[in-house]
Amino acid sequence: MNETNDTNPGAIELDAEHWLHAYEQMIRIRTFEEAANELYTSARMPGIAHLYIGEEAIAVGICEALRQDDYITSTHRGHGHCLAKGAELDRMFAELLGKEAGYCRGKGGSMHIADQETGNLGANGIVGGSAGIATGAGMSIKLRGTDQVSVCFFGDGALGQGLLYESMNMAQLWKLPVIYVCENNQYGEYTHNSKMAAGSMVGRATAFGVHAQAIDGQDIRTVHATARLVIERARKGGGPAFLVCDTYRFHGHHVGDIDRPYRTRDEEAEWAKRDPVNLLEAWLVESKQAETEVFERIQQDVKAAVDDAVAFALEASFPSESEVERHVYA
Amino acid sequence: MSTLENGIRHSPAIHAPGERQITFSQAIHEAVSEEMARDERVFAIGEDIAVAGSVFKVFVGLFEKFGPERVIDSPISEAGIAGIGVGAAITGMRPIVDIMFCDFATLVMDQLINQAAKTHYMSGGKLTVPMVMRTTLGAGSRTAAQHSQSLHALFSHIPGLKVAIPATPYDAKGLMKSAIRDDNPVVIFEDRALFSQSGPVPEEEYTLPLGQADVKRTGDDITIVATSSMVYAALEAADRLAAAGISAELIDPRTTSPLDTETLIQSARKTSRALVVDEGYRRYGVTGEIASVIADGAFYYLDAPVRRIGAMDVPVPFSPAMEDLTIPNVDNVVETAKAMCGRE
Repeated sequence: MNETNDTNPGAIELDAEHWLHAYEQMIRIRTFEEAANELYTSARMPGIAHLYIGEEAIAVGICEALRQDDYITSTHRGHGHCLAKGAELDRMFAELLGKEAGYCRGKGGSMHIADQETGNLGANGIVGGSAGIATGAGMSIKLRGTDQVSVCFFGDGALGQGLLYESMNMAQLWKLPVIYVCENNQYGEYTHNSKMAAGSMVGRATAFGVHAQAIDGQDIRTVHATARLVIERARKGGGPAFLVCDTYRFHGHHVGDIDRPYRTRDEEAEWAKRDPVNLLEAWLVESKQAETEVFERIQQDVKAAVDDAVAFALEASFPSESEVERHVYA
Repeated sequence: MSTLENGIRHSPAIHAPGERQITFSQAIHEAVSEEMARDERVFAIGEDIAVAGSVFKVFVGLFEKFGPERVIDSPISEAGIAGIGVGAAITGMRPIVDIMFCDFATLVMDQLINQAAKTHYMSGGKLTVPMVMRTTLGAGSRTAAQHSQSLHALFSHIPGLKVAIPATPYDAKGLMKSAIRDDNPVVIFEDRALFSQSGPVPEEEYTLPLGQADVKRTGDDITIVATSSMVYAALEAADRLAAAGISAELIDPRTTSPLDTETLIQSARKTSRALVVDEGYRRYGVTGEIASVIADGAFYYLDAPVRRIGAMDVPVPFSPAMEDLTIPNVDNVVETAKAMCGRE
């Protein structure tokens, strides 16, 4: 998984303020997910959720390179994408709890959060199901003549879906501004991708002539630098790109997957050494851009905001019965 | 163009003299062309629809008129173009996704059923999917089991989708224009056997509402509900029934979702008998749903159980000797209607 068909972009240097903002976004996602897990284990959240912990550098690294009017499509493991694109904590939690104040009035839940205002065209419960939608958004951008970009997030499990290949083929034929971001967290549900994906991952895109790279998804500096290059390229009409970001989901497939018999604790410990939050902290300290007190303050502030948002969501009202038949049709 | 009579709408008679006559195919072409000229957000995407003008020639001339950005030849990727339709619709465009045969629509099921149909609801009403999928249906052209089905019932089952199934050029044009303007995903089924069918279509602008049945012929003894090409079979049957002294009323729902239940029930209450004819497979199909609606709404007015005629529940066979047996025909309709009226 180290193939590339392009030169390594190298790090794009942002100032400390921007990196600390990115750090805060990663902490927001992690703290949100920890609270979602707590809501589940204390039986206060209906259904299940798929946690993004361990993969934060990808959503934040990509979305920090996007404008508010750029589009993303997300996945069942989508809380990180939504927050990284600008969603508010309180309405996110309200949606997870099925409350009317949620982003989708309680009709979508964890797997279907959409927020037009931040360009989030929706998380998706179908693996690979948004490949066409993101590509259609790219088509729309081209037809409307704007310089927006559309980003399609999906996991390595989606490499098994034909729709992805139909979509990438058309995106390259028509030079659509779509970035396909494969979050290769190694497992599709409970099965390692070595048993599911034959051949080369990036080769799937290079076969179409799509610019493709495999990168370290734990290092936000690499993710962000690569994202900026391919996003600006797409904005200028250079066409789609495909990024395979190597990463790991630190929790199970979903909140109820606590035994994880399909992988070893040793493997998990190895990946934990490359926690994306720790990697960014270490670099910021080493390069003398921040001191550890700053991280502690950010974590405390975010924790307070998450606690407030959880309290808001727990207090919020459920939708009324009359809401059931609303929005079936526009 | 329609008139109101006893709360039931009547469109111009199918063969009304004096008005401009165009084919079903021309009617669809005009609708799409007019809407593309009216609204620059409208574009069409599909296999061989641009340079070739679609395999059934319905779009010939649109590519020259609107250019390659708005009439787009796609790879043979039904799911992919349906996905492109959904994504483009969510972000401000009004795509027309062309699926050559509805048999191929099975390849777009996730995009239509899980994505297009549910996006508005799942997003709490924030996102809309103003997309049209046009496709074709119908047996009888000796193209065997994978190019002959009538699968409109599958899509009518899904909340969030609208389904139109026009029989006449007039209805086809009016419904297509409304489908393009509608803010919901609409699937429009065109019967290939009707493409060369002529009928009156006015020169001037009009649209037809989705969800309004049309009374194609008035009568007193039995209501025949028919869709698509079955409307023509039912019309011929009605002529033969009239010769036998039975006055049949013919109703075309025109859309199966939304379904104009009120018109169906009113007619059945008036005539006291109802027969439903549709070219989809009989079991779990459009005829079952409509028969149930009528039985519920007109039970105390009925003099006979509601009957229904659909395609045989077999894959459509190739050999003409077998294929013709599977499709409802005029004889089936006449015999069933006579039996219901006690005139065997």
